[in-house]
Amino acid sequence: MKARQQGILQPPVHAGDHAAGRADAPVTLLEYGDFQCPHCYRAHPIVLALQKKLGERLRFVFRNFPLAEIHPEALHAAEAAESVAAQAGETAYWAMHHAIFEHQQDAFDALDDAHLVRYAKKAGADAARVKKDLGGGAYVERVRSDFLSGVRSGVNGTPTFFINGRRFEGDWSDPNAFATALEAAAQTSAA
Amino acid sequence: MSGDEAGILPAGTPAPDFELHATPDQLVSLRDFRGKRVILAFYPADWSPVCGDQMALYNEVLPEFHKLGAELVGISVDGAWCHAAFAHDRKLHFPLLADFEPKGAVARAYHAYREKDGHSERALFVIDGDGIIRWSYRSPVGVNPGADGILEALEALRDGDRGS
Repeated sequence: MKARQQGILQPPVHAGDHAAGRADAPVTLLEYGDFQCPHCYRAHPIVLALQKKLGERLRFVFRNFPLAEIHPEALHAAEAAESVAAQAGETAYWAMHHAIFEHQQDAFDALDDAHLVRYAKKAGADAARVKKDLGGGAYVERVRSDFLSGVRSGVNGTPTFFINGRRFEGDWSDPNAFATALEAAAQTSAA
Repeated sequence: MSGDEAGILPAGTPAPDFELHATPDQLVSLRDFRGKRVILAFYPADWSPVCGDQMALYNEVLPEFHKLGAELVGISVDGAWCHAAFAHDRKLHFPLLADFEPKGAVARAYHAYREKDGHSERALFVIDGDGIIRWSYRSPVGVNPGADGILEALEALRDGDRGS
């Protein structure tokens, strides 16, 4: 059996991914995340701060990795975000993405379907269509495909980050260490 | 890191049979799975955070294991009642076996027992339909090994079947 290549993103970032930032940015940070995961909730403002700090040098990509049995609303949250992206575009997707994380801890029902539809509408999507997409499971396959790509890439929990396609083994909850790793990747990439 | 370096039973070894409680009144043995592929996931303990993540992850990947013709069982030294509570809490859809009495006997048979800690290694075994270990992997106790290695091993088995 061939030696296992661990910690490599498979497949690499592609056109179907949700990406914020320039495609030619020297650093691509990719997160496998779960919208109902409390650790991802904690990581969200850290990522926002990194985006601000690195500016155009950073592209941020998010792939879904819902652990649906322990986070029963994670799947619908991911599907709702996909529905928003499909009908209203990437800017709307990111508005929805931020809204879900920002509201995650508001109340016990912050991620139920009624709230998800509300966030989606505010992000610029059609409420009826989001409801229909959730009811019909229109984006179940898309979300599962993200999840399985994570499994193939060795993701074992959320959040897991990849910097320029390699798994970030450091401590994401330390903003300075995280920023240092991104800066180093930017230097390597530019060299 | 290969199984050989770690000391756990390596690929090519016949998998030691066992009979363990899956629930307080249900016994499961390895021979029950003859003709099927089996994934044995030894883990140190119910409830500890890394184990939880590992079992929660495998729970989500279960349809992929099934598509590749494999059944999954988790094994730790916890008792059947503890397993029942843990499986219920995490909504697990695969059996957890209690390597409880004599404690760790099955883990020992697979060379995956940590004497000084009193629990098993975090070790994975993929066993073919003839009861032969075809892949094994030991992870550091604190590290969830993910599911990619298991999937690759099962695919290699499938592709081997196709080739023969």
